[in-house]
Amino acid sequence: MTALVRIRHLTRVFDVSKPWLNRVIERLPKALLTAVSDVTFDIPERQVYALVGESGSGKSTIGKMVVGLLPPSDGDVEIEGVNLASEADKARVAETRSHIQMIFQDPYASLNPRWRVRDIVAEPVAAQGGETNGLAERLLEQVGLSAADAGKYPHEFSGGQRQRICIARALASEPRLIVCDEPTSALDVSVQAQVLNLMSDLQEKLGLTYLFITHDLAVVQHMADRIGVLYLGRLVEEAAAEELFARPRHPYTQMLFDAAPRMDAFGREVDPPKGEIPDPINPPTGCAFHPRCPIAVDRCLEERPELRAVGPARVACHLADA
Amino acid sequence: MADRVQGISSRLREGTAHKPAAPDGGTDKPVLSLRDLVVEIPTRYGVLRPVDGVSYDISAGEILGVVGESGAGKSMAGNAVIGLLDPPARIASGQVRLNGESIESLPRSEMRRLRGKQIGMVFQDPLTSLNPLLPIGEQLAETIQEHLPVTRREARARALAGLEEVGIPGAADRLDSYPHEFSGGMRQRVVIALALCAEPCMLIADEPTTALDVSVQAQIIALLKRLCRERGMAVMLVTHDMGVIAEAADRVAVMYAGRLAEIGPVADVLTAPRHPYTYGLMGSTPLAARGQRRLNQIPGAMPRLGHMPEGCAFHPRCPKAAPACSQSVPQPVVMGDGHLAACHFPMTVEPQEAAQ
Amino acid sequence: MADLTPDTQVPKAPAPRPGALRGFLESDVGWSFRHSPVAIVSLIVVVILVCGAVFAPWIAPHNPFDPSTLNLMNGFSAPMQPNAFTGEVFWLGTDDQGRDVFSTILYGLRISLFVGFAAVMLALVLGITLGLLAGYLGGWTETMIMRLADVQLTFPAILVAMLIFGIAKGVIPIEYRDQMAIWVLILAIGLSDWVQFARVVRGATLVEKNREYVAAARLIGRTGPAIMVRHILPNVLSPVLVIATISLALAIIAEATLSFLGIGAPPTQPSLGTLIRIGQGFLFSGEWWILFFPAATLLALALSVNLLGDWLRDALNPKLR
Repeated sequence: MTALVRIRHLTRVFDVSKPWLNRVIERLPKALLTAVSDVTFDIPERQVYALVGESGSGKSTIGKMVVGLLPPSDGDVEIEGVNLASEADKARVAETRSHIQMIFQDPYASLNPRWRVRDIVAEPVAAQGGETNGLAERLLEQVGLSAADAGKYPHEFSGGQRQRICIARALASEPRLIVCDEPTSALDVSVQAQVLNLMSDLQEKLGLTYLFITHDLAVVQHMADRIGVLYLGRLVEEAAAEELFARPRHPYTQMLFDAAPRMDAFGREVDPPKGEIPDPINPPTGCAFHPRCPIAVDRCLEERPELRAVGPARVACHLADA
Repeated sequence: MADRVQGISSRLREGTAHKPAAPDGGTDKPVLSLRDLVVEIPTRYGVLRPVDGVSYDISAGEILGVVGESGAGKSMAGNAVIGLLDPPARIASGQVRLNGESIESLPRSEMRRLRGKQIGMVFQDPLTSLNPLLPIGEQLAETIQEHLPVTRREARARALAGLEEVGIPGAADRLDSYPHEFSGGMRQRVVIALALCAEPCMLIADEPTTALDVSVQAQIIALLKRLCRERGMAVMLVTHDMGVIAEAADRVAVMYAGRLAEIGPVADVLTAPRHPYTYGLMGSTPLAARGQRRLNQIPGAMPRLGHMPEGCAFHPRCPKAAPACSQSVPQPVVMGDGHLAACHFPMTVEPQEAAQ
Repeated sequence: MADLTPDTQVPKAPAPRPGALRGFLESDVGWSFRHSPVAIVSLIVVVILVCGAVFAPWIAPHNPFDPSTLNLMNGFSAPMQPNAFTGEVFWLGTDDQGRDVFSTILYGLRISLFVGFAAVMLALVLGITLGLLAGYLGGWTETMIMRLADVQLTFPAILVAMLIFGIAKGVIPIEYRDQMAIWVLILAIGLSDWVQFARVVRGATLVEKNREYVAAARLIGRTGPAIMVRHILPNVLSPVLVIATISLALAIIAEATLSFLGIGAPPTQPSLGTLIRIGQGFLFSGEWWILFFPAATLLALALSVNLLGDWLRDALNPKLR
């Protein structure tokens, strides 16, 4: 299985300082937020790779860097062997770019309210000067809407239908990779099921690769072939989906699984996880998870664990063993 | 009409009889009881009914989960109870009884006194309930003094106790902090403390964990469960998340298009749903569909207000729909111990399915 | 393909819409219009005044700028009363030179409305362009544009207009001054008015550019100008429309003010403001109509446009619906 996407030491730092004048007057230092730090993984072709994490884990930032909406501060994103940031051959960059698409979380904000659905769906092709005759109608039917919907405006559709339109637009340029940033978290459960099923069907039929970004473990378990767990901008564990759910090795992954609601444990009395996600501007020393970790030892305070192979998984924990 | 109301209420009483009694050994009289509640919004397109004939009871020490998708009317029913309907929405008919007293037609000033004193509220966004310009200790003390005859010092002491109870670390030092100095989860704890500071007998929590991370959500659910048990409060937990319901609720009311589709003990309803909508909802929840490659989706979407189908509102999406479904609105029918479903052709359940 | 079943179709509006006007009347804005007597009356007044101005050459009983039709003997005729010398009757009377006040008002309206519209157009184009650039590009472009706007806001608009007028007067040779006066007036009012458009457009652009449809367009490979014009611009126009309406009233008044002060439209091409300036000289000698009717027209025009703008703001604001 070849890797469609190779991500190496990806890092993104945001400058969240106050304006220059305030800094000078209040004698504040520059405030830097490391949203993503030294993240390395591969996305195999025709698979669903899920990035899981809570708020502030940097999962959306990684997604934006993969599609090229944000430049990395450091590290590389290689898609089909092309590094979009450094490749000199413009034609090759454009070619590769057209193979990447994205589906966003909010189906209400991701369609231009003043455009007809036909123009929205065909835009990826129109922007490259391609032939768009009948394209939108064909794509709409492929995602389960009718060709007649092409003449309508987005406000005439429900949330689930809008997300279908977004998927149709993403398919227009015949992509190989679709980055899905929380594609169903704004949708109702029954509609979420429709959209997830549609995405699975399209993946099989068109041989797509998904980078699935979400906080919802249930959705991840349902969709993903391979999972990367993020905490405070770092990859803490990565494994095949079954392996990860069968045997979570990082204490954070275990905590996430324990905290997630279950359908079969009525009146279950659990000790909820302790603490909250720390301030990413001043992360804890050593392992960022140590203040909340039930098994932390002194070493965790001082030394940051590197991601290392533990059995079939990769885990960033001093205490993890196969 | 009167007969029907009578019928429903007697059936609902049957349903509540088995429930855990309040810790103080109190009666099984419900704290909150809704009877045929109808909320209407007059618009220029006609009168919309976001809540259409909903009846349920909540007893002391019990968490009733109200679940439904957007547009089901679940929040609107909660808002109607606390008198926070945005005009022109209004209670058109039906009864809301708090400890046996009718409160649906109280004047605004009375209602305001009741909120906070008798009914506490927690919303999805904690910032809407907190004044950003006041330290949280002030806000708590002020609310306490408004509802209870205590001195300033005592109010502050109670505020501190309230913050400690909801698990704010270093509560004494944080009395003078402002809302923005707290994280999302801590803010929601402050809001819960604020809702509970006048010792209400009823708490309405509208999507209290939707904006929170999984780990924090688990903390807030555990907190709500503990407070409900310790204080013998009646809790209405409004959410769209089946997982939260399964974790937290004692009983669950499933709403669809403004009506009650199914109500009953949470384990019965989730493992052996009798209404096809509940059944479909469970099938489309990835949590419940472990190991399946495909989710059992419900076709279509919730009908819009003003475009409600005739008869059972679910029939256009229902796999079991028959001609009768488009002709008459099904009334709640007893399915089991405290388990009612409003369906002409309820699902039959095999015991194996229930075990899963 | 049961799995691809779409959500239920949204029911279409039952009746077909025969025309654009009908469509407007059935829309939310149209509904609010039909239920607002103030808006209806205002629109009627504006339409009458605009028609009067546009068709002035056909409606006006006299051409006040054709000296051959003027008879000095007709001077100072009172409204609706036969002139003492010629016996002619003028609806709204005449001025000192025997010009029919009704006709001068119609022609004055032309100038006033033209200057108002053109000035608002200029302000719109400037404000939208600069606001879009500031909002979308950010950084130094934004700082420069918005600081310039802030500085201009510290002066009253009328002062800025007078300044521009003064500069133009110095630059343009004297023989062209009367010809150019109208254009200078437009430039002066337009330049003094762009700031509010720029501010509103910048604010709306800041919101829109962070929406995901803009990210989707960037992803597709659209460049900045295309995104600004094709994606963001249509979405920032509705607040602009409201301000433009209210701005039109202000521009008409600004023009009248400048003309009243004698630095606007020249007496050879009198606007309503010029007429008021001329008329106020006769106010205390008993010929009140020379001042009163132009002033009343200006008031009716400015008030109606303003009320229309107010109504439009409420109608487009979903919170008040």
